[in-house]
Amino acid sequence: MAEPYRTQTVGPHLIGRVILYALLILLALYYVAPLLVMVTTSLKTLDEIRAGNLLTLPGVVTFEAWGKAWASACTGVDCGGLKGNFMNSMRFVVPAVVISTLTGAFNGYVLTMWRFKGSDVMFTLLLVGCFIPFQVVLLPMAQTLGWLGIANSTPGLIFVHVVYGLAFTTLFFRNFYVSIPADLTKAARIDGAGFFTIFWRIILPLSPPIIVVCVIWQFTQIWNDFLFGVVFSSGERQPITVALNNLVNTSTGVKEYNVDMAAAIIAALPTLFVYIVAGKYFLRGLTAGAVKG
Amino acid sequence: MSAVAVIGVLAVQAPARAAAEVEVLHWWTSGGEARSVGELKIILEAKGYKWKDFAVAGGGGENAMTVLKSRVVSGKPPTAAQVKGPGIQEWGAEGVLANLDDTAKAGKWDSLLPPVVSSVMKYQGHYVAVPVNVHRVNWMWVNPEVFKKAGAKIPTTWEEFVVAADKIQKAGFIAVAHGGQPWQDATVFESVALGVGGAEWYRKAFVDLDPKALNSPQMEKAFVTLRQVQKYIDKDAANRDWNLATAMVINGKAAMQFMGDWAKGEFTAAKKAPGKDYVCMPAPGTKGAFTFNIDSFIMFQQKDADAQKAQAALAAAIMEPQFQEVFNLNKGSIPVRMGMDLTKFDQCAKDAAAEFAAAAKSGSLVPSWAHEMAMPPANKGAMFDVVTAFINTPGMTPKQAAERMATAGKPS
Amino acid sequence: MNLPLASAQALERPRRSFADYLEIALPKIVLGPTLLCGLIFVYGFILWTGWLSFTESRLLPRYEFAGLVQYVTLFQNERWWTALTNLGIFGGLFIGVCLALGLLMAILLDQRIRAEGFLRAIYLYPMALSFIVTGTAWKWILNPGLGVQNLVRQWGFPDFTFDWIVTPGMSIYTVVIAGAWQSTGFVMALFLAGLRGVDDSIIKAAQVDGAGTVRIYTSIIIPSLRPVFFSALIILAHIAIKSFDLVMALTGGGPGFSSDLPATFMYTFAFNRNQIGLGAASAMMMLMTVVAIIVPMVYSETRRHRRG
Repeated sequence: MAEPYRTQTVGPHLIGRVILYALLILLALYYVAPLLVMVTTSLKTLDEIRAGNLLTLPGVVTFEAWGKAWASACTGVDCGGLKGNFMNSMRFVVPAVVISTLTGAFNGYVLTMWRFKGSDVMFTLLLVGCFIPFQVVLLPMAQTLGWLGIANSTPGLIFVHVVYGLAFTTLFFRNFYVSIPADLTKAARIDGAGFFTIFWRIILPLSPPIIVVCVIWQFTQIWNDFLFGVVFSSGERQPITVALNNLVNTSTGVKEYNVDMAAAIIAALPTLFVYIVAGKYFLRGLTAGAVKG
Repeated sequence: MSAVAVIGVLAVQAPARAAAEVEVLHWWTSGGEARSVGELKIILEAKGYKWKDFAVAGGGGENAMTVLKSRVVSGKPPTAAQVKGPGIQEWGAEGVLANLDDTAKAGKWDSLLPPVVSSVMKYQGHYVAVPVNVHRVNWMWVNPEVFKKAGAKIPTTWEEFVVAADKIQKAGFIAVAHGGQPWQDATVFESVALGVGGAEWYRKAFVDLDPKALNSPQMEKAFVTLRQVQKYIDKDAANRDWNLATAMVINGKAAMQFMGDWAKGEFTAAKKAPGKDYVCMPAPGTKGAFTFNIDSFIMFQQKDADAQKAQAALAAAIMEPQFQEVFNLNKGSIPVRMGMDLTKFDQCAKDAAAEFAAAAKSGSLVPSWAHEMAMPPANKGAMFDVVTAFINTPGMTPKQAAERMATAGKPS
Repeated sequence: MNLPLASAQALERPRRSFADYLEIALPKIVLGPTLLCGLIFVYGFILWTGWLSFTESRLLPRYEFAGLVQYVTLFQNERWWTALTNLGIFGGLFIGVCLALGLLMAILLDQRIRAEGFLRAIYLYPMALSFIVTGTAWKWILNPGLGVQNLVRQWGFPDFTFDWIVTPGMSIYTVVIAGAWQSTGFVMALFLAGLRGVDDSIIKAAQVDGAGTVRIYTSIIIPSLRPVFFSALIILAHIAIKSFDLVMALTGGGPGFSSDLPATFMYTFAFNRNQIGLGAASAMMMLMTVVAIIVPMVYSETRRHRRG
């Protein structure tokens, strides 16, 4: 399962190291450049933006754009900035992540330890759910939510995200649990432990790495989703991606690039935070087997 | 399952709430327009109703239309939605729109709207939508300074345009400020077509979708002229937003822009004076003709009696002089309600209003097909494809383009 | 006598078999809701879309059967062919670049670098951004007048051109650039995890045998990453097929419709042109492509692991 960190390096010598670092730094520039551009633009005034080019640093650093993006930018008739939408997103992202992760864990557990006839086929069929483009399901889902009476509400949005996250969470957990030796559970079953006991006592304690992977993935996907958010919510309940779109994609009027960039960064902060803080655990989780087979 | 219980409780509580809600779907999310719609919110709240904003930006309504369809399919349509032109007829055909005849009679809409406008707002004779404003699309916005420096004359025909543009380019300016987005390409093309072919042919081609009018010498000539205009657009035009193109005219980098009257808002925001810093002229060849684009709200059938009352109040408020004046002052268009006092409006708007009335009488009032006033969205989209393909494919000939327009005009 | 014993056993058996029955049923019960959801919300909706593709739905769905008319219209539509070609170009390049670059970066990072964690965070963070953010930022950077082209020209290369984003034939490649930027980090993380899991002893043995660095990588390490390739491929393919937000934010499908993809085609026709029937037909074509490629691959890999 969790194999020891490989201690042997298979690598080149000094000149090789120089080239190595050069390549890494070049790549790092490719990755950091857009973020740099966004940050510097958000700190400039509109005149500076029009006058200069992409990389000119702000002459006078001003946080005006940030304040506007957070509290006073217009995303429709309401000109209250993004702060309300920030909370809206939190309100449905957290429950959706929790529910889909938990369900995925149980599913993965069943698919690896409690296999029955046809469970592998079912797993394959479930995986197809990963690939369905969301535009295709908009209308039928709208109709279904209407029948269920939860159209245009936060529970409805949670429901939609859980349903379409199940394929991924199941995939993650199944791939992880596949590498847990079957003897562990067999021994427990002989001792008389039942379905849930084995899960709580044996499987769950082994799961933190994959739980981290799953939570990070689901959080990112659901927080960054636009399509479901715009179609299945409205008014003050709109998530932050919808508000960002309203801000950045207005068809008319003056484009305030600095506010747009500040708003985009604000919208990305939670996921960025998660990746930077939990990135180490993410990698550990992947190492521990999220993707082995 | 508790969600169902909660909703059940809320549903029981709903009638006890005093203020009925009005939910309005729109994509006016930018500062100036948001303020304009905000006026409506103020008016309604003064009457005791609650405004639930439902703004969805993107592509001039593309995202909003997706959301609207989903909401209708789910059985909970908003009170009103920003839909215009033939789209109103398509929604009416689905049987989901509310009948506004009572409000219309009380507000005397038939006498306050020109027949061309009121017929679009009706489905099978009944009012289902309320018009908000009248935009004129066949404007040409001119920086007279640039013309003076280049020694060029502001053109009134397309032949004169070529002469003037040459002089301007030689003097080192950009002759035509343009943004290479499909709707802008189509906006320019439609003014060219109107100037080259005349109002009568325009109607046959773009309203009646007559294949003989579409694949015709006039259409070819329109595309020939479009190629000529293309020569005077700068290389960086692709995907440029329209207001950035207007900024080029404002800053004296470019001489002219073919754009609707919403461009005026940019000049005003930059504190430019009409007649002095900028001039509004009808596009070459289109003097006396008026290409109109009318924003409107369609109203959906509501099950609740309170909601119906709120909806009626919304419809009435939109047609009232107070809203008409404030909204249009902010947006750069003219009130659709006839006979209003226009002293607060600037000269371009006053000219537009006068030409609107005159064109209605003389038969040269035509709907803007590029802005979804003339033909179903499917055909409009197909024609957009032809125009942008023509602009982006130097090898396409005007004849080929005309043939494709005829194909694009077929019923889908 | 056997009889009392038999009857005693007969009394015991029903109790045990009920618990056994529950144990057999429980996994199915637990998996049930997910399967039900999949059945209804994935397959059911696919069938619904399929039905719509055989109707003449326009603004809102209509259910009268109308034959293959939408499919005929679809394949006569020039824009659809552009979208299909673009999917091939974009899908192939995107997956190829992400896999190659991701593997390269993982191998580089695996060399016991200082500040590995820092670099890793830099490579990984784009995945955290929503496509709207990515599209907006890259639209700016690739804009000829405001972005890279302008910058390089200001640095003293007046003839430098990099206007792919506004050139009809090249716009799809800008989507590859932005998409690869966003997703390569994740692939790198997958490969890095895989690399770290390779068994030490095999490598030591190879080094003892005198195998060079490149040889060790190509013959031992990379082949052992096969499962990782598979997972990465699934995730990348899923992103490529679903690429909608990125295209809309970056190029809007343009110039014209030269960077259209089937997902944006379907959206435009179904929701903006009021041709739901045609949109449904294009969606069915997308889904059939997915099924034809992905399902055999997934099923063979799943079976491989049960066997191996």
